[in-house]
Amino acid sequence: MAKISVKVDGVTYSDDVEARMLLVHYLRESLGKVGTVVGCDTSNCGACTVHLDGRSVKSCNMLAVQADGHEVTTIEGLADGDTLHPVQQAFHDCHALQCGYCTPGMIMQATSFLKDNPTPTEHEVRVGMEGNLCRCTGYHNIVRAVLAAAGEGGGSQ
Amino acid sequence: MIPVSFDYLAPTTLDEALAALAEHGEDAKVLGGGQSLLPVLRMRLNAPEVVVDLGRIEELRGIREDGDTVVIGAMTTYADVLADATVTEHIALLHKAIAEVADDQIRHRGTVGGAIVHADPAGDVGPAVLALDAEMVIAGPGGRRTVGAADFFTDLFETAVGEGEVLVEIRLPKHTGWGAHYEKFVRVSHQWSIVAVAATVRAEGGTIAEAKVALANMGATPLRAKATEVALTGQPATDVAVREAAASAADGTNPPSDLNGDADYRRHLATVLTRRAVLAAAGS
Repeated sequence: MAKISVKVDGVTYSDDVEARMLLVHYLRESLGKVGTVVGCDTSNCGACTVHLDGRSVKSCNMLAVQADGHEVTTIEGLADGDTLHPVQQAFHDCHALQCGYCTPGMIMQATSFLKDNPTPTEHEVRVGMEGNLCRCTGYHNIVRAVLAAAGEGGGSQ
Repeated sequence: MIPVSFDYLAPTTLDEALAALAEHGEDAKVLGGGQSLLPVLRMRLNAPEVVVDLGRIEELRGIREDGDTVVIGAMTTYADVLADATVTEHIALLHKAIAEVADDQIRHRGTVGGAIVHADPAGDVGPAVLALDAEMVIAGPGGRRTVGAADFFTDLFETAVGEGEVLVEIRLPKHTGWGAHYEKFVRVSHQWSIVAVAATVRAEGGTIAEAKVALANMGATPLRAKATEVALTGQPATDVAVREAAASAADGTNPPSDLNGDADYRRHLATVLTRRAVLAAAGS
């Protein structure tokens, strides 16, 4: 077992974890943060995307021990109380989901991407989101939502 | 999918890491950014008893200039390379190749050194450092040694880095003013390349004064397209001339056959992609 201390969604947690525990399993099973989902479990689909020190990472492709001393933000830490983050609001407004399973990862990647590129073109959005797969929507409304969020300053938060 | 249990060591200095590797020998596996190793561990294709994480070793990170060379620490992430103006100015080919690695999330974690030592023949970093005549600095129990890219990649997923050794940094000669292009052919985005071509060109007027071309996934290791490089030298940067020189791009290669394409298809692709890459690198 290894001792880790990780700040997740603003709260610092200290835990003993097995070295082989994946970050996504730590978030879901140890902390109960089931908003972050496991999709493909092969690091392809991006459903498990969270922020590590403000940058998007696939939490199924990282060990919990690697997050020791770092700060993680999950989909559950994005809204400000009852006020949705602009990217969350844009996904709602643009109906950027059908089954919704990929949505947490999509939103976490979109917020990270918009931080790097606050005023993207449609093509840049499609390239920036290439690590996130959606099997329902055909992506059009997701791209619309990210562009709409960019217009609402979604990248500045 | 959950990896087999292992002991985890997170040294904070290179010396500690080397000591750990010396102690555990072949039972130990080095963890860089983990973007290739984690899937391997999860699928249980490898089950090391000890994982030595280099992620806490600050001295292995960063990009600096050393005279005519750009030096990149092995644990520098793709994202940090992409954001670095020195790389863009002096070794543009590396920037172009790394921009095509996987996706944003992977580029935030994956490291240049990790990709080079993993040595996937379809990887994007290998052909770029091979074309740029990079040198790899390897640390081991006996001190440091330097191996040129041409001798570094020895076989499928095999490099000159031996047991108990760590790739420390990559030294890339500046190619200031050289045009560069990385032409990657995939069926779907963020896939491993079926074939890819890294090309960097020093053009004088409309003439190709010097060209360096390397191929991904055309054999067990990244390969230089030497015949094409020779044929390009002194040629005008025109479609006709470059097409003719690119016709020999697959000479001496031994590409794999798989569901994405057979060897003959890859040989054809190599010539087409080389033409595109060289013309783009020459600004034509």
